[in-house]
Amino acid sequence: MKKIFGKPECMTDKPFHYCPGCGHGIVHRLIGEVVDELGIQDRTIGVPPVGCAVVMYHYFNIDMTEAPHGRTPAVATGIKRVHPDKVVFTYQGDGDLAAIGTGEIIHAANRGERITTIFVNNAVYGMTGGQMAPTTLVGQKTTTTPLGRDARLIGYPIKISEMLAITDGSIYIERVAVNKPANIIKAKKAIKKAFQIQLEDRGFSMVEVLSQCPVNLGLTSQKAAEWIDNTLMKTYPLGVIKDKSGE
Amino acid sequence: MVEKVLMCGNGAVGEGAIQAGCRHYFGYPITPQNELTAYMAERLGELGGVFIQSESELAAINMVFGASASGARAMTSSSSPGISLKQEGISYIAAAELPCVIVNIMRAGPGLGDITPSQADYFQAVKGGGHGDYRLITIGPASVQELYDWTAKAFYLADKYRNPVMILGDGFLGQMMEPLEVKKIEELKLPPKTWALTGAKDRSANIIRTLMLKVGELEEHNKKIQDKYKRIEKELIEYEAVLTDDAEIILVAYGTCARICKESVFLLRKEGIKAGLIRPITLWPYPSAVIRKISNNIKCILTVEMNAGQMVEDVKLAVMGRCPVHFYGRMGGGVPTSKEIVDEIKGLEIK
Ligand SMILES: Cc1ncc(C[n+]2csc(CCOP(=O)(O)OP(=O)(O)O)c2C)c(N)n1
Ligand code: SF4
Repeated sequence: MKKIFGKPECMTDKPFHYCPGCGHGIVHRLIGEVVDELGIQDRTIGVPPVGCAVVMYHYFNIDMTEAPHGRTPAVATGIKRVHPDKVVFTYQGDGDLAAIGTGEIIHAANRGERITTIFVNNAVYGMTGGQMAPTTLVGQKTTTTPLGRDARLIGYPIKISEMLAITDGSIYIERVAVNKPANIIKAKKAIKKAFQIQLEDRGFSMVEVLSQCPVNLGLTSQKAAEWIDNTLMKTYPLGVIKDKSGE
Repeated sequence: MVEKVLMCGNGAVGEGAIQAGCRHYFGYPITPQNELTAYMAERLGELGGVFIQSESELAAINMVFGASASGARAMTSSSSPGISLKQEGISYIAAAELPCVIVNIMRAGPGLGDITPSQADYFQAVKGGGHGDYRLITIGPASVQELYDWTAKAFYLADKYRNPVMILGDGFLGQMMEPLEVKKIEELKLPPKTWALTGAKDRSANIIRTLMLKVGELEEHNKKIQDKYKRIEKELIEYEAVLTDDAEIILVAYGTCARICKESVFLLRKEGIKAGLIRPITLWPYPSAVIRKISNNIKCILTVEMNAGQMVEDVKLAVMGRCPVHFYGRMGGGVPTSKEIVDEIKGLEIK
């Protein structure tokens, strides 16, 4: 029998531990496909975050190391500086990257570290049970904003991709989503391009992925996917935020 | 002939690291260790190594984490407030059993304190410092030469035991100039770093992790690293004993304080008082057995530190009441003089 669909070669058979409808599994798969297509499994090193994706290393036949919460780009910097010939990526949630690890990501981007960051923005803290993230929308209810995020008290959803775009070390930053097939196809293209930029030794590249966390949004899988289209994208529009790859 | 140069302690640490093959340094400026950061920038620049002035100590220690996980000999240095910031990363590095060298050229605290020398980070060096049960191999050199020798050796010890090693100096040692023999560092045999991240080529993936969620897994891991610590306690203890054979009073001090105490011992001997000195060189593992043994035959111990009394707790634990243990300390950048210590001893009620 001819196999026409399966898991990427660089991924293991271990079933994901993610909740039903979670976007993390889709993003993992896209990374797996890109790594296969670029033929870089044996020279890729990953740094998963502290967050729901903390045990990402179970799902790949790829060398990986844990990092303390938010320090992910610093750990990746250490790896890349030892192994400039390897492909190093971080995988980070919005708490890991845009709250506790703000300093590390800004400076990794600004140094033009030759790493690729996959930034999963689900507008909430998944792992710790649905607290406010820096990307939580104004008015959005979480366990720590029970009446909805009040901008006067706690500010606004942070636009970290736009912030990183103004650093001279960043080459390519795009915001994509994994809430429906058409977006998933575009997301994969962006992830592939981000890795290619690293392979060309150009500088820092990042893909922000709007992802669904149905459990903590209190929505069904389908409604969570629709919420991304109808609500989250108003604050976080999709598209290329910076692309100096042609220069 | 071995080259002899005049060098400050911070520079000696840097050269020791270079001679031991360290080509990856990550640090954030803080006095009184800035000469070391600058030295590494210069030397690693010459040698084509990696020097990063990081955005913070948090980033620096985690760059060390990444470099060490990749199999390199990596180092970071700082002074007290910066070491406080590094503690989270140090806990992870210890848990992941990664080798690295961390230098703490202590300054006076608490808080921002002062840039003057101090030994007030003894607790945060030898008692863990960050969260969880772990140990740092901690070395307390007392001269520019020892800073060089022990920094070089620290890389070997870190690799041998797969454990972070801390060089615990102070602003005095870091900045003073002394002649230094830049000895060749002999490469001792070590097992290959088969655990390092190099890309999963022709092997299964290497994973470095400290999260252990399976029932019992973390306890097993803890037992394993505690067993390693016991092995280190058996194999690594180093100390210097000065005129201890016939001594009736023993001074216990390390680093800068030990240098001063040595002079006090000579002054006391001149006056016919039988004093001696035990200088722990490894602060963890601690030379408890030596102190315990000697405490049976002496009148008392005086521990001297540049803090409010930290190492004295380990001295008391070693002595277990066999003889009185006194303490003399200066804080906030105060450095005791040999005369002060002599007077302190003369003022003790010795039975
Ligand atoms: C220093 C530290 N602070 C807090 C935590 C607890 N913590 C674990 S994951 C997390 C947030 C995760 O949210 P996010 O980064 O958005 O990832 P997600 O789980 O949503 O994928 C927090 C606060 C921790 N592990 N370490
Ligand atoms: S809590 Fe949210 S982000 Fe975490 S696994 Fe579940 S759905 Fe995914």
